[in-house]
Amino acid sequence: MTETFASYSLVAIYSAMAVYLIAFVFFTLDLAKRSAESTTKATAAVAREGGAVAASGGGIVATLQRPTTTAADAEPAGGPSRRMERAAFSLTAIAWVLHVAGAVLRGFADGHVPWSNMFEFSLVSSGIVVGVFLFIQFWQDLRFLGTYITGFSLVVLGVGTVNFYVAVTPLPPALQSYWLIIHVFVATLGTAFFGVGAGLSIVQLLQTRREADRLSRLRFLGTMPDSERLENLAYRVIVVGFVFWTFTLIAGSIWAERAWGRYWGWDTKEVWTFIIWVLFAGYIHARATRGWRGTRSAWLALVGMGAVAFNYTIVNLFFKGLHVYSGL
Amino acid sequence: MSRPYDHIEGSGPSTPDPGITQPKLGIVGYLRFFWRQLTSMRTAIVLLLLLAIAAVPGSMWPQRSSDPNGVIQFFANNAELAPVLDKLQLFDVYTSAWFSAIYLLLFVSLIGCVLPRTLHHLRALRAAPPKTPVRLERLSAYATADDDETDAASAIESARALLRGSGYRVTLYEGAKHLSVSAERGYLRETGNLVFHTALIGVLVAVGLGGGFGYTGQKVLVEGQSFANVRGAYDSFTPGRFFTDAALTPYRITLDDFEATYEEQSIVAYGQPIDYSAHLTTWLPGEEGTKGTVKVNEPLELGGTHLYLLGNGYAPTITVRDGNGNIAFTASVPFLPQDSNLTSTGVVRVPDALPEQLAMIGFFYPTARELPNGALTSIHPDLRDPMLTLRVYKGDLGLDSGVPQNVYALDPSGLTAIAGDGADAPALELQPGETAELPDGLGSVTFDSASPDAAADDWSHSVPRFASLDIHHDPAQGWVLLFAVLAVAGLLTSLFIPRRRVWVKATERKGGIRLEYAGLARGEDPGLEAAVADIAARHTSRMKA
Ligand code: HEM
Repeated sequence: MTETFASYSLVAIYSAMAVYLIAFVFFTLDLAKRSAESTTKATAAVAREGGAVAASGGGIVATLQRPTTTAADAEPAGGPSRRMERAAFSLTAIAWVLHVAGAVLRGFADGHVPWSNMFEFSLVSSGIVVGVFLFIQFWQDLRFLGTYITGFSLVVLGVGTVNFYVAVTPLPPALQSYWLIIHVFVATLGTAFFGVGAGLSIVQLLQTRREADRLSRLRFLGTMPDSERLENLAYRVIVVGFVFWTFTLIAGSIWAERAWGRYWGWDTKEVWTFIIWVLFAGYIHARATRGWRGTRSAWLALVGMGAVAFNYTIVNLFFKGLHVYSGL
Repeated sequence: MSRPYDHIEGSGPSTPDPGITQPKLGIVGYLRFFWRQLTSMRTAIVLLLLLAIAAVPGSMWPQRSSDPNGVIQFFANNAELAPVLDKLQLFDVYTSAWFSAIYLLLFVSLIGCVLPRTLHHLRALRAAPPKTPVRLERLSAYATADDDETDAASAIESARALLRGSGYRVTLYEGAKHLSVSAERGYLRETGNLVFHTALIGVLVAVGLGGGFGYTGQKVLVEGQSFANVRGAYDSFTPGRFFTDAALTPYRITLDDFEATYEEQSIVAYGQPIDYSAHLTTWLPGEEGTKGTVKVNEPLELGGTHLYLLGNGYAPTITVRDGNGNIAFTASVPFLPQDSNLTSTGVVRVPDALPEQLAMIGFFYPTARELPNGALTSIHPDLRDPMLTLRVYKGDLGLDSGVPQNVYALDPSGLTAIAGDGADAPALELQPGETAELPDGLGSVTFDSASPDAAADDWSHSVPRFASLDIHHDPAQGWVLLFAVLAVAGLLTSLFIPRRRVWVKATERKGGIRLEYAGLARGEDPGLEAAVADIAARHTSRMKA
């Protein structure tokens, strides 16, 4: 039974990867199409930026920025036919259903939640990243991040299945804990939000350069929100990630207390969880500090995401510590 | 709002210039200047980033606090580099001078930032919402409506009731030709922010106090053995800085039974541990004995301490008779596991043996198999075919010299091998219940069986197991958790509760009134426009009703 579930799970995952690949191609084609459309909008964006700067000279700073940004809201969504993008988005949704099915089947095969080794973890984490991307559309149209998200999940799934695959094994006693289930799940959620936020920050940085007329080649940016709006979106997404991460830190400590008799011992993984938390606390401060808002805080968000990626890859695989249980 | 001068909503210059702030800078002036710098947002960012960077080396080199053996190993492998790193405190990163300096500065900055803001906020909580701005149409969220049926007073009265009902604090203002209500909500946002930052201070203080007054100790207990909670009974004991022996509750515990369960079904995972349980009887002073169980992830609470199960293994019972036929040694000796199938090593010292002192280095294999090269290995962690091998040495063990010795290791230099390790006789190989004679009439060694009456091929209880218990006392642990939870609560409130001001103004005009609705965000507030539109809609429909 276990083997059957495990092999069905793999079939679902490989199918998901195939569909993600098609979605990735479509999203990329859409970006190419956006380049062709954007020429007229470029001028409008520059005018907007000028307006915002003039406004912040006045006394009531916060108030005057907003109407200028809202004007930009409607623009990308209402642009000319986004058929390619819509198709890519639907494909992503289909791939995601397969992806989730794969993870659930793996869970059945295991007889416990499927996040106890690096293979399962790459499965679940990329699934949650895509899930957050899909569901966030109810709140904001961020489909222009599609290339980034599907590309990311393809890479994670590829590395997971090729390099990290392990057969189903029982949980060692140290991992049998509700706190662990919560801890890992919330950490993954946090990662997903940080990931989407980082995507927005990347576009923001590109957009800022384009607005300063230094990057005229990437014309598809003309169809996307302006840099200030991107920054606001990134902030809101990252802040949610930060709350999850704070919770991760606490749930992790509770688990550590249960399992090792101390809630905090500067174990390698604890160190990196802490570093990431502190970096994003720095980011939140940067957003609220004159001279740090904008490009600098965006870079901080990327450094934070870099630390997250480093933590899941290099630290998991090569650093020594109590958390080394990845079953590789 | 009293925010650091370089906060995005602050009004000061982005850099305070000491020359301008104060024409003649005395010592006080400079102190104020530095204090302002230290409590600025920019300093907080820089210190946070420094803290993140300073934490990195602790994950690159082994730390004395979490991996003392790793440090010893590192010194052995890098004789030149290690002392240099040690000088830089890179093996004690989290207690190092530089790491401490960063976080202490950060917390001084934090206190300097939070205190004035708290005072200011307490005052703001009692103050009335600010006067209605003259030109509401300049605000980011703005709506108007004309009304010919209601007079200004009742329109504003109804707006006041509406806003009040929606959680705003309200005041009425009266101008020459207009009436207005000024409303503010979301004081909780600032409260949350202050609670969050204050809770961080709480966490730091609680961690410090807990470490200072608490203790941790380790005790290895073989099945059947007892332990009394006094300092001398621990195998190792680490008291906090302010610890006194009075903090030890004088309880007693006995390890009745240690149970290990291994995977039997799955082929891939065959023999992997599934569960460890240490069954104890505990006696608190003046009370009856109570049964209790400690598992991995399930510590036992006892007399203000927590007992954790951190390790386990086998403790073969070994009896040594010396050359004169007297029992010179008999005990269950904990052997340290070396691999997942519990191949274990241990040391037996027999200083009482006559005519010469004896020592043995033992290997224990719970399920022994011979490798093609003749060496033994264990292929399963459970007792299926147990085997104990012993290399035996004679000579002066040096126990009288007073140099402390590691009970799990033996340096055979200076001793003479008499069985194994190059001696004429081979190493002893024993199964439970068997006895072997030593060469030269030096005596005999018995590997006692703990289940002598079991069937011949049932070894399952033939060797006692030991549990390695960690015993912790941290009086502030609950406080750390409390502050952490407060921090999360503060964080959620401060990040997701919008703080905004809303004004509704009614101006007389010919034949009726003109109503203006406007909102001003304080901090992040993505929902402001929607909120103002909503208030306008609800207000107009309320007046129609
Ligand atoms: C231990 C170091 C610190 C950490 C981990 C930290 C973390 C945070 C976090 C997570 C937030 C956003 C959530 C909230 O508003 O409650 C925040 C906001 C804030 N922090 Fe800190 N902080 C630290 C030190 C400081 C210091 C030293 C200052 C004073 C300079 C400060 C001033 C502020 C201010 C003014 C905000 C509000 C930002 C806004 O308006 O959006 N923090 N901090």
